[in-house]
Amino acid sequence: MQITSPSFKENSRGALADAQLQKALGNVRAGFIDKRLKAVEALPEFDLLRDNARAIKDHVLAHLDLYLEAYEKKVTESGGHVHWAETAEDARRIVLDICRKANARTVTKGKSMITEEIGLNDFLEAEGIRPVETDLGEYIIQLRGEHPSHIIAPAVHLNKEQVEADFRRVHKHLAEGRDLSEPESLLGEARSVLRSEYFAADVGITGANFLVAETGTSIIVTNEGNGDLTQILPRVHIVMASLEKIVPTLDDASQILRVLARSATGQDMSVYTTLSTGPRRPGDPDGPEEYHVVLLDNGRSSMLGTEFQEMLRCIRCGACMNHCPVYHAVGGHAYGWVYPGPMGAVLTPSLIGVDKAGHLPNASTFCGRCEEVCPMRIPLPKMMRHWREREFERGLNPATQRYGLGLWAFFAKRPRLYRLASSLGIPVLSLLGGGKRRFRYLPLAGGWTKYRDLPAPEGRTFMQQWRDGGASVRARVA
Amino acid sequence: MSAREAILKKVRASLGASPEDGARREAAEHRLASPPRGIIPARGQLGDEERVVLFCKMAEKVSASVQRVERAEDVPAAVADYLRARNLPASVRMGGDPRLEAMPWARLKSLEIKNGKAGYEDEVGVSHASVGVAETGTIAMFSGPGNPTTVNFLPEHHIVVVDAKDIEGDLESVMSRVREKFGKGQMPRTLNFITGPSRSGDIEQKLLLGAHGPRALHLIVVG
Repeated sequence: MQITSPSFKENSRGALADAQLQKALGNVRAGFIDKRLKAVEALPEFDLLRDNARAIKDHVLAHLDLYLEAYEKKVTESGGHVHWAETAEDARRIVLDICRKANARTVTKGKSMITEEIGLNDFLEAEGIRPVETDLGEYIIQLRGEHPSHIIAPAVHLNKEQVEADFRRVHKHLAEGRDLSEPESLLGEARSVLRSEYFAADVGITGANFLVAETGTSIIVTNEGNGDLTQILPRVHIVMASLEKIVPTLDDASQILRVLARSATGQDMSVYTTLSTGPRRPGDPDGPEEYHVVLLDNGRSSMLGTEFQEMLRCIRCGACMNHCPVYHAVGGHAYGWVYPGPMGAVLTPSLIGVDKAGHLPNASTFCGRCEEVCPMRIPLPKMMRHWREREFERGLNPATQRYGLGLWAFFAKRPRLYRLASSLGIPVLSLLGGGKRRFRYLPLAGGWTKYRDLPAPEGRTFMQQWRDGGASVRARVA
Repeated sequence: MSAREAILKKVRASLGASPEDGARREAAEHRLASPPRGIIPARGQLGDEERVVLFCKMAEKVSASVQRVERAEDVPAAVADYLRARNLPASVRMGGDPRLEAMPWARLKSLEIKNGKAGYEDEVGVSHASVGVAETGTIAMFSGPGNPTTVNFLPEHHIVVVDAKDIEGDLESVMSRVREKFGKGQMPRTLNFITGPSRSGDIEQKLLLGAHGPRALHLIVVG
């Protein structure tokens, strides 16, 4: 997938001017926040569960090598195969080999963000294998040649009229005069089209929400049931998972499941939580004959032991982006790669480099809502700040910003000089502000004044007001 | 060096951990051997009848329909009523679960029962749940020779029988039952937790029932 994170600013400008997108983004603001709040308020133990979920993942990360070994052993015992992939390229090759051995022509896919990360669909297609996304949102964006704009609601940037147009364009075999004006009819059509794909597929690929070391089990969570039809009907099931999906035990998975669905969609539990262990057993009437797990590193092992380790607690619920004012304004595609919103602003620089993704951790107001709602208590603003520091250390931000900060730092480190300069500068700016007490244009602050006025200072500095004990403020209020 | 070794080596190097560190190994082995239960919500910790009532209430909240019958032999008639009330054909797909097979289906002369895994054209599936979870109105289905997983997903209507005595308060209790039934560290091939009928909110965030799985989930609670 082409990375456009370096042009985040241009992407955002485009997004803000896109009326269709802005209309669709209203659904994010309206939908997710209240539902989550209701579900959370109905469970008094929610915050205790968050603390425990964090503790579980911290424990896993500190013992990750051991749990990976334990997990692999159990998968093998149950007749499955574990494949280790250091890079995206390795993972793609492994999947292709399995597909080739199965003589696969069609591959159905449940929703999986790491297959986006490794660009699996384009690769399989180039190799003559047809991937079919089965999650309704993923199916829609696959028809459009797009990528997900949200990690749990991939087509949240679209309106139903756009989906209707795509279905009419692609489903040529269906009657032209059919009614597709409502989401119900669109869903019905996707359901019937995809039914035959499930049966035609030779291989089914799903992601994993958890891998359980105790039993060698992979867990997926869906509402549609598409992940299940993807994995039980074809002859071969491939699970794509990154290293940090491991949890020690079934109880640990249960604890985190309780915070996952509530944080994601405001459900107490998603409709389908499916635990899969190995291939079909003797006597089983259905299920896949082969069960493979591809364990992907792709940069995660390098995050361990750094200030970004805590990001590996992420369970991909999407709550951070659902509550992010920046995401609400520009949507997911502006972020330019697979992971948008606050979690993407931290993870993307780790995976593709801060030189390419430096704008992302800067695209934050540090309002802190993401950390407030994160079920795994990941300190997202703090980590974005770490990226800003690294970016500064490496001299990656623009010269004006660097010199500006340098100039400010020079004065900030010399308090007397700072006070002198501000006591001289403030009255001048106050005067220049004129009767309206604001600036419509200010040199070096064009980025601000282009969209809004800058209020002019009121005449005295904070320190001056502090010294007179706030008398001047009280006088004005009175 | 294999990819496996390379990854494990990188993980250990980043963590500053040595493979010989006995204390780390012991901590991991201990957690696997005696899993801590964690925080169990008070919601489901109720007496027997209250627990069943909560289960029914939570299942209805997620758009399942629920019916209680007194005895297992009442189930076939309840299934027939369900089909009639919805104008469905008198034909169901049913795995060979012994608990279902012991029921008096033969009394219903006109009902066709198709055994084995579900197919493309099945409209109604009947399954037996192994456990119910009161805190969320969830049912747990263990796959096996008599319990094809396809019956849980392919039919438009899924009718699931669950014994009142198998309804637990919380998810962790299901996990304990799994360990008891299959042995420690062992699992059925597929364990499906199902909470309501299938749904999608992918078009304009409008929640619609009947995505890829059943459009309707009907629970028959016995006892």
